[in-house]
Amino acid sequence: MGSNAVHRKMSRSTTTILAAAFLCTFTCRTALAQVELTGSWTPRNHEFLTGDGLPVDFTGMPLSEEGRLRALSYSESQLEMVEHQCQGWPAFYLVQGPFGLRIWSETDPLKGNVISYTIGGWEDRAPMTIWMDGRAHPSEYALHSRSGFTTGAWEGNTLVTYTTHMKAGFLRKTGAPSSDEATTTMRFYRHGDILTILEIIEDPIYLAEPWILSRSFQLSGTPQPPIGPPCVAAYEGSVGPTAPHYLPEKNPFVDEMTTKYGVPRDAAIGKPETLYPEYRKKIPPAAAVR
Amino acid sequence: MRVCLIAALVTLIFIEEPRLAGQERAAATAKASAPIDITGYWVAFVTEDWRFRMITPRKGDYQPVPMTPEARKVADAWDPAADEAAGNQCKAYGAAAIMRLAARFHITWQDDNTLRVESDYGMQTRLLHFNAAPSPPMPPDARTWQGYSSAQWDRPASLKVATSNLRSGYLRKNGVPYSENATVTEYFDIGPIPGGGQVLLVTAIVDDPQYLRQPFTTSSQFKKEADGSKWDPTPCTAK
Repeated sequence: MGSNAVHRKMSRSTTTILAAAFLCTFTCRTALAQVELTGSWTPRNHEFLTGDGLPVDFTGMPLSEEGRLRALSYSESQLEMVEHQCQGWPAFYLVQGPFGLRIWSETDPLKGNVISYTIGGWEDRAPMTIWMDGRAHPSEYALHSRSGFTTGAWEGNTLVTYTTHMKAGFLRKTGAPSSDEATTTMRFYRHGDILTILEIIEDPIYLAEPWILSRSFQLSGTPQPPIGPPCVAAYEGSVGPTAPHYLPEKNPFVDEMTTKYGVPRDAAIGKPETLYPEYRKKIPPAAAVR
Repeated sequence: MRVCLIAALVTLIFIEEPRLAGQERAAATAKASAPIDITGYWVAFVTEDWRFRMITPRKGDYQPVPMTPEARKVADAWDPAADEAAGNQCKAYGAAAIMRLAARFHITWQDDNTLRVESDYGMQTRLLHFNAAPSPPMPPDARTWQGYSSAQWDRPASLKVATSNLRSGYLRKNGVPYSENATVTEYFDIGPIPGGGQVLLVTAIVDDPQYLRQPFTTSSQFKKEADGSKWDPTPCTAK
């Protein structure tokens, strides 16, 4: 190879690099405008999100009439039934539950881009895969699973995910139901070592309006488990010939929140208007102060 | 072709970037360089900790605040009547707690480098100072419920606020205390609500070695409202 040929080859290489750099000036900002989410995150459990202290605690929930009717018919004794013991919770439970997160990614070995993130599961929450490769959600008739089907995209430094195809389950452990038409949008905001997840749950059947929750986690050097212990169903004694439940107006726990904490019944049973500040004026003064 | 590409690259690196940087310097006020717009009327959407925020919790109902034993003693001695008598009915409306109250907030630019955050419940006003040096420790009688807040845009699209110089107050209305040495770090983020509307997320971290075993972290959601028609100024109450 003569010196001219070498020179031409080097010039072509230089031009290619410069062209790539030029194009990258416009495109790479978006690609690089992301934060690292992988790792172990311990929960900051300073908010009482599980809401499972009493059988009828639907405070902070905008339940529809149908959702309320089903919620009040629920008996936690259903969990004694073998077929319910390992039912677990839908994907959105990762914000409500008390556990930490283990997040890892799968990377395209050739291009280097993230194909998916996975948020590890726990005993009663299945792992959730967030597809980042632009694939479409499946047909509405496709199989529904506990974790559903989730896609994600970056908006600046915020990961935004959208989950569909979740099995019908519960919005709260006390029995507020979720349908298989529920969807969840999550926004992952990272500020230093704090990760805050904003969650917006929509359910056209059991919610009167989108339910918005959030929870913070702290980056941890201690690994969070990627899976929980296996759930093994076992016979726990007969619960009788029918699924445990309460007929309308017969739930014996409906006034426990009022008795124990001074919470008005409308709030305890999840009426949407109780989620706004103006509802304060309908509460008897100092109802809860003892 | 090569010449054109190289010329374009050089132009971009040596001419365009400094020009853009110059524009940013020229527009260096916080208002002009705001990456997000958090002004407007926002209403707390109380979907979490309802019984701690919408009503005054009963004495002793402190979960799940990571209190020190000293904090528990102070909270157990909570006396709202004494607070009112002493003119301290706003103790639960300080900067460490106010964004967690069931309230509406009106956020405006007081000037090019100061955001003003007003609450209707408790009728408090916070001033978030951009381009300002952190305030040195103030003497007790110079401190206020809202303290002194330094603000900065946390690129690419967030607001970070650091608050100190507080009067000691309550994290919750039932007397869960924070000391005058407490500091508050907050992050304000916004996002759309599917189907319409906007949500403001405020992540607050209260640090207080005297009364908290670890930083107390909460995140609260607010929905944007079209106007102030539901604005309802209500004085502080200790009960």
